[in-house]
Amino acid sequence: SWISVPSTADILLHLGLSESVIAAACARVGQRVLHVDRRSYYAANWASFTFNGLLSWIDDNKVCTYFTLLFITPVNSFKQQDQEECAPLAEDQQILSSDGEPQGEEQLSGSAPTQAKKKKISYTKIVKEGRRFNIDLVSKLMYSRGLLVDLLIKSNVSRYAEFKNVSRILTYRQGKVEQVPCSRADVFGSKELTVVEKRMLMKFLTFCLDYEQHPEEYQDFTERSFWEFLQNNMLTENLQHFVLHSIAMVPRETHTEEGLRSTQHFLRSLGRYGNTPFLFPIYGLGEIPQCFCRMCAVFGGIYCLRHSVQCLVLDKESGRCKAVIDTCGQRISCSHFVVEDGYIREEQRKGVEHKHISRAVLITDGLLLQSESEQQISLVTVPPLEPGAPAVRLVELCSSTMTCMPGTYLVHLTCPSSGSAREDLQPVVSRLFTKPASAGEEGTPAVLWAVYFNMRDSTAADRSGYDLPGNVHVCSGPDAALGSDHSIRLAQEVFRQLAPHEEFCPPAPNPEDIVYDGDGGQGEGAGFSEAAQAEEGAAEEAEESKEKEASQESSPVEVGEMPDPPPAPLAEE
Amino acid sequence: MQFSIYIIAECNMKLMTRDDKSLLYNVGGKEGVLDEEVLLLTQQLLSSNPDFATLWNYRREILLHLETVRSEDEIQRLYEEELSFLEACLKVNPKSYGSWHHRGWVSTRLPRPDWARELSLCERCLSLDDRNFHCWDYRRMVVRVSGVPVDQELQFTDRLIGSNFSNYSSWHYRSTLLPLLHPGSPETHSHRVCEEQLLKEYELVQNAFFTDPNDQSAWFYYRWLLGRGVCVCMISCVYVSREGERVVVAFSRPALSVGLLLVVDGQPQQVNWRSAHPRLRHSPMWICDLPPGTISDTSNEHNLTVHWTERHTHRDCALYTGRSESWCRDSATDLELFRSELSVEKSSVLQSELQSCTQLLELEPQNKWCLLTIILLMRALDPLGYEKETLAYFQTLKEVDSMRTSYYSDLCSKFMIENTILKMEYAEVRVFSLCEKNLSTLCHLDQLLLVTHINLSSNQLLGLPPQFAMLQCLEVLQADDNAIENLEGVYHLSKLEEVSLRNNNITQLSDLKILTTCPRLARLDLRGNPITQIANIQSQLAELLPSITELLL
Repeated sequence: SWISVPSTADILLHLGLSESVIAAACARVGQRVLHVDRRSYYAANWASFTFNGLLSWIDDNKVCTYFTLLFITPVNSFKQQDQEECAPLAEDQQILSSDGEPQGEEQLSGSAPTQAKKKKISYTKIVKEGRRFNIDLVSKLMYSRGLLVDLLIKSNVSRYAEFKNVSRILTYRQGKVEQVPCSRADVFGSKELTVVEKRMLMKFLTFCLDYEQHPEEYQDFTERSFWEFLQNNMLTENLQHFVLHSIAMVPRETHTEEGLRSTQHFLRSLGRYGNTPFLFPIYGLGEIPQCFCRMCAVFGGIYCLRHSVQCLVLDKESGRCKAVIDTCGQRISCSHFVVEDGYIREEQRKGVEHKHISRAVLITDGLLLQSESEQQISLVTVPPLEPGAPAVRLVELCSSTMTCMPGTYLVHLTCPSSGSAREDLQPVVSRLFTKPASAGEEGTPAVLWAVYFNMRDSTAADRSGYDLPGNVHVCSGPDAALGSDHSIRLAQEVFRQLAPHEEFCPPAPNPEDIVYDGDGGQGEGAGFSEAAQAEEGAAEEAEESKEKEASQESSPVEVGEMPDPPPAPLAEE
Repeated sequence: MQFSIYIIAECNMKLMTRDDKSLLYNVGGKEGVLDEEVLLLTQQLLSSNPDFATLWNYRREILLHLETVRSEDEIQRLYEEELSFLEACLKVNPKSYGSWHHRGWVSTRLPRPDWARELSLCERCLSLDDRNFHCWDYRRMVVRVSGVPVDQELQFTDRLIGSNFSNYSSWHYRSTLLPLLHPGSPETHSHRVCEEQLLKEYELVQNAFFTDPNDQSAWFYYRWLLGRGVCVCMISCVYVSREGERVVVAFSRPALSVGLLLVVDGQPQQVNWRSAHPRLRHSPMWICDLPPGTISDTSNEHNLTVHWTERHTHRDCALYTGRSESWCRDSATDLELFRSELSVEKSSVLQSELQSCTQLLELEPQNKWCLLTIILLMRALDPLGYEKETLAYFQTLKEVDSMRTSYYSDLCSKFMIENTILKMEYAEVRVFSLCEKNLSTLCHLDQLLLVTHINLSSNQLLGLPPQFAMLQCLEVLQADDNAIENLEGVYHLSKLEEVSLRNNNITQLSDLKILTTCPRLARLDLRGNPITQIANIQSQLAELLPSITELLL
């Protein structure tokens, strides 16, 4: 039995990180939220896929069939021509049996990389174990003192997910991968630095921590680059590299103050949860929008996947959007409509030039830098390999993050596009990894599978860049930055417009704190009543639209229900 | 306080509500059932306040009783339950004396102890608070009893220091492990570490203080590495005065006179040893008066021997014909005297350490730990050669760490006195001048036993301490332009003839009373002191000190 889409909503959104946060924030303060997406999965471009899910995502995006709609056109966020499937790099299954070993799948399942002779992991094996992968479309880390972590804590949404500390910060320098000393313990323990360098680095980092208090130190450099500032501070070449590329993570030409700010942001996040400034959610970054969706659902938000909006209905006099027509032709009245930039048709843009992000996802068979433990989550910064080339950011995930099968590592590469993803990232991949066939080189991990794709970075556009009604709000998709501050800030701004007098994501009550009335009524805790109402509303609608539904092919509609989820990690299985 | 009173009350109430005579626990222990009940009751109370020592004692008595009536397996189970209960208590207060003590007790009573579990408990505790000294104590006990190898323990400190080097406990633990694991050569002192390992430790600790020069734990460990020389206690000097019929014995460090025997020309002497000043009970110097006539005849030669049975050592001294005094002492070289504080064997090591510290100082010119360490290294290397630099560093130290100005002044005074003593030794004179050295205190006065003329003018001295009485040969004392108000140490100086105290802070006649103990005092200069303002002071002084022939007021 289907529950139909409600015909009225306060807020109607498409899915994405900012949208999910807005949805949760609005539902929390009692707005009726309807969340629709034409896709079959949550989180839009922020989604995580199993290996097989990713394969079909690749397929879907290769063959793009989009409807031309009245107002809103879904635009493929990915440059089709740039997107290539390289799976597998070498001629598929052959590579895997090339060493003459019997291809016993059972044996391979225990293929621990610690074995003297590394067992190759076959493509079929990866496909078979595909459910163990959670491959994110965007690759980001969470700054321990970034807006996202603060919001997760403040809103109590953090209980829907579990996190791991990024264990190492690495960098590619002089042809090899090495560890970046960034915390006090790292600096103390570093074998690469001389004692004088240790002092210089600590001194500089201590200064950056509260650089605003010492304007005299950098005022001569406000118009000059951070790079010049570093050189002027008598930091050795070693240290300049570490600070610029791995701690501030900015290009050379960045202004001094911005460089200092980035350094400070990094340092302030250090030590809150561990020895690096970053957290990574277990099961992948795609968990984060889902956590907010869950919160939204708990407070009555309704979710409809594979369901999109055809056009907006505008009020002639005010020019405001008063309703939308969905893909089933149903009219849904709404007071606000939040949409991702990717859905906006070109005619509604005022010449906004979009940037792109180059991405690559690799499945590899070993760590980039060996260590005592096989389970490492590393951030690797690769400075431009040649002048003009982009700085590339690499995130290497191990199987304990539940994003890849044991014995493999999931490597995400990201940089702002200057060409196609392949042009941008292939040189880095070929420096750092080998092909599985040439297993001769010791210590260099081999790429078992790879995909390159480009993604639109729409963060440069602001409101004035669109010709849209005042109550239609545009959220940009993911940006190329390492943190998620942009999306959270954006969500906050949009929420201010939607509900100017309400608090943004106040803490949700803990399930154990909810006091039920003595008269035996259940589920009367804060927030649940609204959920119940919304569902009632949905049920009423069901009657009306029965006919329509029946005529359609079975498009499953997901409705946010579930009273309260267990606080355990969101397991996929 | 309120809380524990409440608990006692509650405890009593619960005990009293029970019908039988169970209020008092019967140590004879016929009522096993009752004991278990009390165990449960005290458990409830302790779980909310684990710092209730009496209840822990009570539990121990019960447990000891149960040991006598239960089988070993039951006891094992009982104690294991006790350990889990204790773990809960430690969560309430991780620094509870009672809980940790009880845990130690239970661990030793346990028939089949699981030490690995105890070690991992400590590890967890220390990961939450790496300076919990209760846990450190307990851990040391576990390590000792379970025989964890020393090298494994050293690795443990490696790990803790690696994750956070601001940890005195780990550094200290290291300093106890290293001498066991890498003992120095037998000739050097047993508590030292072999040179190869020392060099590794220098590197480690340098990494720490270069990373964070303001963290004192690393500096303290560094000081330990540089070594603290042990001064062997022995007789350093025997002095005999024919005229005073007196023998003075000096030790290399303060001691009691127990076991000190004097033999003159083969005859053991019945003498009373006294320290130079009644306030010095533990003294580096002891004095005795010989029976009258023993050595007074200048035409005789005498051989004296001082035996110190406490240390199985002795020292001879010959008083030749016609000589009024004689002494026998170690040729006091600088090494023996003052370098002992840092006892690293090779000066090349010290030299390279000095270079590292100087390098750090260039980066951190305001760092007090670095400054102080440089001063110590310089003193260990060449106290006279580095005197000028040392003084400049002291000046900087006083500026950057103004809270401890007096400490640095005293330390500087000590070093200046040491240097002057060294110079005097080289010159082989008995005149000692410490003019204009900014001295705030006097020390090493035992080294000045033979000095006849001392000049302490133009310093910041507030008094002459009891140790000053060790200048047994002193004839002329000049201490002009200080702020002296106390002359306590000018005590029984039998040869003192002249005292100059111009421009000091002597205010009352009673301050000068001590001078009456110096029979030969003839010249006294008190110009520029407040005491000169007192009416009739001249006559009062003449009355107090009749021996004085020349008084300047």
